[in-house]
Amino acid sequence: MNFSPDDYKAVWLTLQLATATTLLLLLLATPLAWWLARSRSVWRTPVSAVVALPLVLPPTVLGFYLLVALGPNGPVGQFTQWAGWGSLAFSFTGLLLGSVIYSLPFAVQPLQHAFEAMGTRPMEVAATLRASPWDAFFSVALPLARPGFVTAAILSFAHTVGEFGVVLMIGGNIPDTTRVVSTQIYGHVEAMQYDQAHSLAGLMLVFSFVVLMAVAWFNQRGSRVTP
Amino acid sequence: MSAQLHVRVQLPRTDFSLDVDVHLPAQGITAVYGVSGSGKTSLLRAVAGLEPQARGRVDLAGQVWQDDAQGICWPTHQRPLGYVFQEASLFEHLDVQGNLSFGLRRSAGQQHTLDAAIELLGIGGLLKRRVQQLSGGERQRVAIARALSTQPALLLLDEPLSALDAARRQDILPWLEKLRDELQLPMLYVTHAMDEVARLADTLLLMHQGRVQAVGPVSEVLSGRDASLMLGDDVGALLDAQVQALDQAWHLAKVGFDGGAMWLRDTGLAVGQKVRLRVLARDVSINVQPATDTSIQNHVPGVVQSITPDLHPSQVLVRVACGPSVLLARVTARAVHGLGLRVGQAVWAQVKSVALVK
Repeated sequence: MNFSPDDYKAVWLTLQLATATTLLLLLLATPLAWWLARSRSVWRTPVSAVVALPLVLPPTVLGFYLLVALGPNGPVGQFTQWAGWGSLAFSFTGLLLGSVIYSLPFAVQPLQHAFEAMGTRPMEVAATLRASPWDAFFSVALPLARPGFVTAAILSFAHTVGEFGVVLMIGGNIPDTTRVVSTQIYGHVEAMQYDQAHSLAGLMLVFSFVVLMAVAWFNQRGSRVTP
Repeated sequence: MSAQLHVRVQLPRTDFSLDVDVHLPAQGITAVYGVSGSGKTSLLRAVAGLEPQARGRVDLAGQVWQDDAQGICWPTHQRPLGYVFQEASLFEHLDVQGNLSFGLRRSAGQQHTLDAAIELLGIGGLLKRRVQQLSGGERQRVAIARALSTQPALLLLDEPLSALDAARRQDILPWLEKLRDELQLPMLYVTHAMDEVARLADTLLLMHQGRVQAVGPVSEVLSGRDASLMLGDDVGALLDAQVQALDQAWHLAKVGFDGGAMWLRDTGLAVGQKVRLRVLARDVSINVQPATDTSIQNHVPGVVQSITPDLHPSQVLVRVACGPSVLLARVTARAVHGLGLRVGQAVWAQVKSVALVK
């Protein structure tokens, strides 16, 4: 294993990006998943399809639209410039925004399944025990959906670590700002530095395997606890 | 007039529509009986405010929970009720203690009333258990104690025993009887088991296709005409009685009811004890003379009150008034014709078997 200082910086940036993305996603995906699991609105199906889009779209397509939107002439870009924040393209914030959208289904779907599996009964029981809807949501629904939250967090984190196409399109490859592990590996290969590419690629391989094992182990344990 | 529970509810469903308007006594157990799909559970859920589409009025002893005409509709968590669901539906993320204190913390319920419920239901030894470790009967007892923890003004029970096997049901029935006898708490008890009705109910509400078929004191409704068509083989009279004497030599007990008396097996009864008897119509025959040469011990004199068609054209139901009480006899139409039975005639109801339901 030989890691250059740039490699360490890329690893550190990747961890920051994945952590921030995961936290943001859990905040956004919880109400969205709850709505998708409970609503009978006609908008449910289209919204559900939009949430799933990143699963099938090539990351470059997603990245391209984000780049256009975030750029100086795009709607988001014009807004951020008007607000005095400058353009988000090729910045960490822009990358974070892209990651959140890119990993959205990985957070929403496990949560939605957990909320659906729970059914309406626990919330009804809570209501007959004097819990208001908000109270019941926090004291009953969230704890019961805990396995869903763990799966959603692990998958969002891992999926963000593994993203490449979106990063390349909207982040470029700027050291310390947008250069993450996947683009660093790409850079090493472009520069024919196969040894360094090997080290980082091996690290990613081990990481991914461990994550998948953790998810499988957790799900198994979860299903044994609640038969 | 004593306190009442007034429920008027309309709820459209795909297969039927619930349309009920009843005044029930706000005391004792009201059994809501009907086949599945008759709207029993929907009625209970509407009272609890769990059916957002339900329209009407719910008024417990002058406290209006819902009156859509006045724009009043308390959400479920503000209605002072306890609800026991068909499956215990305990919170899986909490232990028994956590389930029990969930409602206690959020209501005016007192620890000592919860302690009393725990004592009454015999679950003191389970408090530290995870709910996954409980048996079906234990889960249902915890669910009942949990529903009592908020000190409700009305307890709703939706077939609380239906998920249990016969042995477990026999375990829990005595606990429910204790609840009825020791708490001054009106209950609505949904069931499709006639033995539970016979044992527990004070008032009976018969439901059929979303409508009220009959409602009133349980013995009246059970001997009434609506019940006879709904109950089939379960048709019979329910009599509140008291043990009058014991015959030690023959192990028999004499129980008297308003209008007569019968002998039955002494199962450890005490003189003065209040009991409830169930006499099925198929176990009663009719004599126009007092019978003497028969093995049957119970002959109750009475007057034919009515003769009505039964489910099968060969049979009729004869109601025999014994004082204010009524016995039902299921006999063949030919026998009625042969004996020349008519309303107002003095007869003897010959009772082949009688069950002690409590």
